[in-house]
Amino acid sequence: MFRFLLKRAALTIPTFIALMFVTFTMIRLVPGDPIEVRRGERGISPERLTELRHEMGLDQPIWKQFIDYVWGLLHGDFGTSIISKTPVAQEFLTLFPATLELTICAMLFAIVLGIPAGVIAAAKRGGIYDQSLMGAALTGYSMPIFWWGLMLILLMSNTLHLTPVSGRIDLVKYYFQPVTGFMLIDSIVSGQRGAFLDVVRHLILPTIVLGTVPLAVFARMTRSSMLEVLEEDYVRTARAKGLSAFRVIGFHALRNALIPVVTVVGLQTGTLLAGAVLTETIFSWPGVGKWLIESIGRRDYPALQGGIMLIASMVIILNLLIDLLYGLINPRIRHGR
Amino acid sequence: MKSTKLLGLSLLMSTMLAVGVANAKSLVYCSEGSPENFTPAINTTGTSLDAARPVYNKLVQFTPGTTTVVPALAESYAISDDGKVITFKLRPGIKVHSGVNGFTPSRDLTAEDVIWSFERQLKPDHPYAKVSAGSYDYFNDMGMPDLLASIEKGADDLTVVMTLKEPNAPIMANLAMDFATIHSAEYASYLTAKGTPEQFDQIPVGTGSFQFVDYQKDAVIRFKAFAEGWAGKPKVDDLIYAITPDATARYAKLKANECQVMIAPNPADLADMAKNADVQLIQQAGLNIGYLSMNALKPPFDKAEVRQAVNMAIDKAAIIKEIYQDAGQPARNPLPPTIWSYDESTKDYEYNPDKAKEMLAAAGVTSLDTDLWWMPVQRPYNPNAKRMAEMMQADLAKVGINATLVSYEWGEYRKRLQAGEHQMGLLGWTGDNGDPDNFLFLLSCGADGTPAGQNIAKWCNADFNAKLLEARKITDQAARTKIYGEMQAIFKAEAPWMTVAHSTVFEPIRKEVSGYKVSPLGAHEFQDVDVAE
Repeated sequence: MFRFLLKRAALTIPTFIALMFVTFTMIRLVPGDPIEVRRGERGISPERLTELRHEMGLDQPIWKQFIDYVWGLLHGDFGTSIISKTPVAQEFLTLFPATLELTICAMLFAIVLGIPAGVIAAAKRGGIYDQSLMGAALTGYSMPIFWWGLMLILLMSNTLHLTPVSGRIDLVKYYFQPVTGFMLIDSIVSGQRGAFLDVVRHLILPTIVLGTVPLAVFARMTRSSMLEVLEEDYVRTARAKGLSAFRVIGFHALRNALIPVVTVVGLQTGTLLAGAVLTETIFSWPGVGKWLIESIGRRDYPALQGGIMLIASMVIILNLLIDLLYGLINPRIRHGR
Repeated sequence: MKSTKLLGLSLLMSTMLAVGVANAKSLVYCSEGSPENFTPAINTTGTSLDAARPVYNKLVQFTPGTTTVVPALAESYAISDDGKVITFKLRPGIKVHSGVNGFTPSRDLTAEDVIWSFERQLKPDHPYAKVSAGSYDYFNDMGMPDLLASIEKGADDLTVVMTLKEPNAPIMANLAMDFATIHSAEYASYLTAKGTPEQFDQIPVGTGSFQFVDYQKDAVIRFKAFAEGWAGKPKVDDLIYAITPDATARYAKLKANECQVMIAPNPADLADMAKNADVQLIQQAGLNIGYLSMNALKPPFDKAEVRQAVNMAIDKAAIIKEIYQDAGQPARNPLPPTIWSYDESTKDYEYNPDKAKEMLAAAGVTSLDTDLWWMPVQRPYNPNAKRMAEMMQADLAKVGINATLVSYEWGEYRKRLQAGEHQMGLLGWTGDNGDPDNFLFLLSCGADGTPAGQNIAKWCNADFNAKLLEARKITDQAARTKIYGEMQAIFKAEAPWMTVAHSTVFEPIRKEVSGYKVSPLGAHEFQDVDVAE
């Protein structure tokens, strides 16, 4: 198991190198620089522009900037944001728990509903349930996130008054310093009556919105994977042995059908970690997706470079965990057979 | 053990805070983004300036909802006869916020704090000049380094003497701007001793009506009322900025009473807001102008007749209807009508394509291939530059001008306009301080007759420029008004811009809110705001 881990970890090194290079060059290919973008109508004199570029080190040759950046990374220094003047790692760590909390909730929502829905659809293939479920999944998959989020706010918050509009907690009723950054935990630690339930209420809409696409993907993936497995000889054998349908599907078929689903769960989680921008924007969720997009708009090179590297690290670690999970589900993968 | 204690302490504090929170009167303002920091002198964005405003004061300030300058930390000021020396008398007993970031002031605000605040921006060797990589953009843009000869303590601790190198009429309006915020020098010393000077710009301590409590990036900024403030206790106890980037979500929060004041409504929501009984939709003519500049260094736009013809060829009324959804006023002058010295007698060019064609023919222009630049961003003075450019292009085609539409990334766009690469280009301006000079300088030129960087029409008129400089040296408003009137007449005759519109600013607030005034300068202020319970 240790060798398997080591091998997988070694494979991530070239990924990191490529990522460092691509992130560094791509942001610099975008026209405009951090100083000019901020100036707007006011403009800036060429002398002052030169002075500020010098102060920020932007007048250095690109190769020198790249070496400085890599050197910093090797020493654990992700740079300092040009805009907020705070260390990128510190900004990231302030925002990441919010993203992670929402991602976990959305993935749980998608897994808990998506996988059983796919299994049932496969078991009742071609029936009304199967067809309507797959129709719903396709609709969920094609739904524009922004529109879906706003519709839910209008319905659930403004019309039915069931959920709050946005944010992570009622700012008037509750106030406590974040301890972990995970509001579900911090609200309990705060000891304030009702805070935890309020956090849960605030999580409902963003969880549904962010979880909708993964839910549709998991349902469809599980269904097709299950259909394949249900045709296998060992399933027929299990049935012939007189096992109940529940045991055949739930124990024999599902375990093998889950391998491709686990892959997709890993990929989707990675996507959500960095790409929940729209959900974060609609629901005023202080996460890293929105921060990264704003960094592009402001040409905040250090924030963008550091942010992408940190997210990439999280995604790579996640993929490593998924690889390990394969090994647990199917030992043949672990032993390289 | 240590963590158990910490947990216990946080539980106790949380409980105390919860009790406090439950009894306090709160106002929630749905802002649009996170501030870059809390020091106005190193910021240029409205979001950052708004976030710092509750904490701080200036020597003089704008009366809420107007551009009228009135005393603030200075209870009075006197300007010498030659206009070069301004003596400020500070109010006695101005209290500084206590308990923020562990800081307890040992004294009231004095001249030392005022001098410290200006010298940080003026002197590169000031101990805080380089903190937060300070770039004092507004201070530099308003010409303060060239203008300010010295700032010193006067006869006593409450007297500040500011000496200018030459008389400058807009100076009081400039000093009411946010860059002229007064900080606590004692707090700076405290942080220096603590070894954390960068916290100066992150954890603000001032004299304003609200004291800083907490900031969580992209989520919330909290302030509490400062009862000992010189301006008296504000009407609400807690001021909360709920950072809500999406305009539709902001409106949804306003409807659900999750916030009571919101910034920047989505134009599509305005009709619904006007009908909503829970919402008051306040509007005010914006202190801004959107314009089409014509590059006077590039023929045929070097001829005033051609520029006038362009003015006549474009259907301004149609643009205001379609682009501004009728929420804008047609612009006649380079100044908005809300600013003093605005010339009401100016006659705008009529929309008359036939006459425009004749004028072009008389100027020797029968067919012209040109460019028309549009900025790639939505601005307060121009909600949709691309569509505006398309409408102008269609109008110009009718008089034989074939305009190719051009655009670049926003920073690049502005840089190229400044370099004069364009022939015709859309841009605009939002006022900083309500002084006419703050708009008319956009058409200024250097002593050698070359256009200043902001002058994207590249139009230099010696008479206009001389009057601009002359007016800066006069403190008498009536005399300045006369000069500005003459300048507006020159501008209109020469037509370096086609003045398009002044957009209207809308601010929706809850019906329970009272005392809120829309600032023509785009500021959001809460000192006098109350919420009915």
